[in-house]
Amino acid sequence: MTPDRIRSEVSAWLDANWRTDRPLIEWREILLDGGWAAPHWPEEWYGRGFTLDQTAVVAEVFREKDAVPAAQVGPRGLASETILACGSDDQKRRFLRPILTGEHTWCQLFSEPGSGSDLAGLSTRAELKDGKWIINGQKVWNTSAHHADFGLLVARTDWDVPKHQGISYFLLDMRQPGVEARPLRQMNGHQSFNEVFMTNAVVAPEDLIGGEGNGWHVAKTTLSFERRGFSRRVRGSSIDGAKQGPIYEEYEEELRIAAEPYTWYPQREGRVDLVLPRARETGAIADPATRQEIAKLLCLYTGARLASDSAEASRKAGTTEIIPAGSIGKLAASVIARQASHVHTMISGADAMLSGPDSAADGIIAEVLVSVPAISIAGGTDEIQRNIISERVLGMPKGYRADQGPFRDIKRNA
Amino acid sequence: MQTEFSKEQNLLRDIVSRALRDKSPATAVRESMETDRGYDPAVWQELCGDAGLAGVHVAEVHGGAGGGAVELGIVAEEMGRTLFCGPWFASAAMAGTALLEAANDSDREELLPGVADGSTIATLVLDDLNGPAGVGASITSAADGKLSGTAAMVLDAHVADLLLVVAGGAGGLGLHAVEGGAPGLAVEPLQVVDPTRKLSRVAFSDVPGRRVGEVTGDTLNRIWDRICSALAHEMIGGAQHLFETTVNYTKERFQFGRPIGSFQALKHRCADLLLEIEIARALTHHSARCLDAGAGEPWAASMAKAAAADACMSAARAGIQLRGGIGFTWENDTHLWFKRAKGSEVLFGTPAIHRERMMTMLEGAA
Ligand SMILES: Cc1cc2nc3c(=O)[nH]c(=O)nc-3n(C[C@H](O)[C@H](O)[C@H](O)COP(=O)(O)OP(=O)(O)OC[C@H]3O[C@@H](n4cnc5c(N)ncnc54)[C@H](O)[C@@H]3O)c2cc1C
Repeated sequence: MTPDRIRSEVSAWLDANWRTDRPLIEWREILLDGGWAAPHWPEEWYGRGFTLDQTAVVAEVFREKDAVPAAQVGPRGLASETILACGSDDQKRRFLRPILTGEHTWCQLFSEPGSGSDLAGLSTRAELKDGKWIINGQKVWNTSAHHADFGLLVARTDWDVPKHQGISYFLLDMRQPGVEARPLRQMNGHQSFNEVFMTNAVVAPEDLIGGEGNGWHVAKTTLSFERRGFSRRVRGSSIDGAKQGPIYEEYEEELRIAAEPYTWYPQREGRVDLVLPRARETGAIADPATRQEIAKLLCLYTGARLASDSAEASRKAGTTEIIPAGSIGKLAASVIARQASHVHTMISGADAMLSGPDSAADGIIAEVLVSVPAISIAGGTDEIQRNIISERVLGMPKGYRADQGPFRDIKRNA
Repeated sequence: MQTEFSKEQNLLRDIVSRALRDKSPATAVRESMETDRGYDPAVWQELCGDAGLAGVHVAEVHGGAGGGAVELGIVAEEMGRTLFCGPWFASAAMAGTALLEAANDSDREELLPGVADGSTIATLVLDDLNGPAGVGASITSAADGKLSGTAAMVLDAHVADLLLVVAGGAGGLGLHAVEGGAPGLAVEPLQVVDPTRKLSRVAFSDVPGRRVGEVTGDTLNRIWDRICSALAHEMIGGAQHLFETTVNYTKERFQFGRPIGSFQALKHRCADLLLEIEIARALTHHSARCLDAGAGEPWAASMAKAAAADACMSAARAGIQLRGGIGFTWENDTHLWFKRAKGSEVLFGTPAIHRERMMTMLEGAA
């Protein structure tokens, strides 16, 4: 469909259906049934099979009309992509709808104290007892787990096979007595991630996704989507400024809770948008050395955006293909964030010692400086992305491995 | 604006790439670079006379294929990949572009067809190769059209039938056509780092010339941008060749009982290089699309030139380093691409000059 055609169809539909006096969930139900909640999803599942560029047109019209979009914030996108790609029809029927309406929020329960980069070395245990999966173990660094309804959980179901083969992937109900999330304080002062303890937590057999022992494949699907997210925001809609009407109050409240862990995420990407305004405001724009560094940053930023646009332009969500190219985008985002942090430091000079209201841009620049280190760790470290790029994109040979054979016999953290 | 290559453009790339692999293998590069002339006239005839590679960016009425900066870039990229030796860059990308941008209609009609079909070898004489602002200071034209002055470095002037000279003087900055071998013209071949691209010092003492067009500051910037975009493409081709052959080498060379490509230090260096080249390539292709559409960032060509030069030099350094001792020999081909990379890095402005040019434009636009 052409952008003009999409534009006129969405406009007409919103003119007929959008009202500010409906309860939020009721509105989103209508949105889903109208097929405009997630146009990039497949047609059988609430979508229209649009490309991301076509989806962006839809989002633009929503913004123009101040219409509240489907729920988008947080790891729910990881959940829906994973379920779309690997879930059964029954799972799609049960989980996708509440993800879009905003009734369910999600978190990602992958990393453990003993295994982060080496995700497949995980040791959370899942055992089938009396027809139910019983989960015991600990996860860590889990963003939004403190208010999530469900978790994407990887756990070990077989200890006698090589490590990648003994993993299963579950959709875990977080609202049960056996699950406890404790927030952790980060170096930038925020508390977005948690440690999560599972003590005899229960998962129904129909909430195992992708089949027993097939969890590694499903996890790679989640990770591939997550990494692509670093290079290309799935352009959603958002509403600028305060708007009058009951539905906006509910929407604001949803955002206040769901988006809270992510307020510093733009800062961890380096706030490239603030570089030129700050350089002009401070006069640093006249300094030849700073100009060189700004130009390098803008080249990186523009080039990375152009490269990911051409790689992603025609991609649709819900495809099972796992693309190592996501790792290139993730590494690019890291490189850009570091260069931006470097440039912000040059621009601020000694003022870079200050934070909070005394500092530049009301503390935003200070937050950049102490948040950027996260981007090269979260979602797989830079070193891991380089391993993936060299082995999977360039076909360079794997190094020596000390973790083959039955998982039980592999050396690991105490 | 275009964001992907069209079917026809991909086809052009296939044809050029096949022809160059056939006509410009490393053995041919080595043969040509050892000669004074610097290229093989028979190959020139095939690539330009028969296949039309010097006229891809020239209108059909002037004997070209009717493309633009994108098509010029495609040919340049493939030539950089194979390190083609010959006056294509000087004649097609530089002199051809100057005629397209600056010559009067009648002069264009007279001069372009020969450049487009390769029967005329032309070059563009610029007395400053660092940036457009200094061009035209050292060569002047007198009221009778005679040219005097010196250009310190001119590409392929030693084989040029036609020299297009940007000179100051009477009537302001202009483009002047001078015949190769004209009285008072002294072309002195120079010793160069990159033997695959020949340079000469060109001195003019009362050389008869014909003014074929006016060169305003805008015109000169447009010519500069198009040449820089083409050169960025050439560097991307070179970077890609260096990168692919280097990664392949790491898969075949064994040390400590394993392929060196299994060492993480080398893997990570290659991964970083891939990223650097991908970004530079995206900027480079973008620069040509901006030029053809007359849209986008006015500094797109400078971004491309700076990024491609840095990426190509990174690939060249890694190309030598990851081969160890063999990489430092004359016998191994890697140094040929290294030397081209070094030359192109500084030709028409170093990366730092282009970053400053970009910032000046960006601040001018703000
Ligand atoms: C802000 C933030 C949010 C996060 N959110 C989530 C979340 O929601 N859910 C979740 O499950 N996890 C989350 N994580 C965890 C993240 O995925 C892990 O921290 C990350 O994968 C690294 O694992 P680790 O911390 O155990 O470090 P380690 O794996 O111990 O790594 C330590 C160092 O060793 C290096 N290293 C390890 N292996 C190799 C190798 N093979 N080659 C070279 N170098 C290597 C690493 O690159 C790193 O520099 C989050 C992390 C951060 C910082």
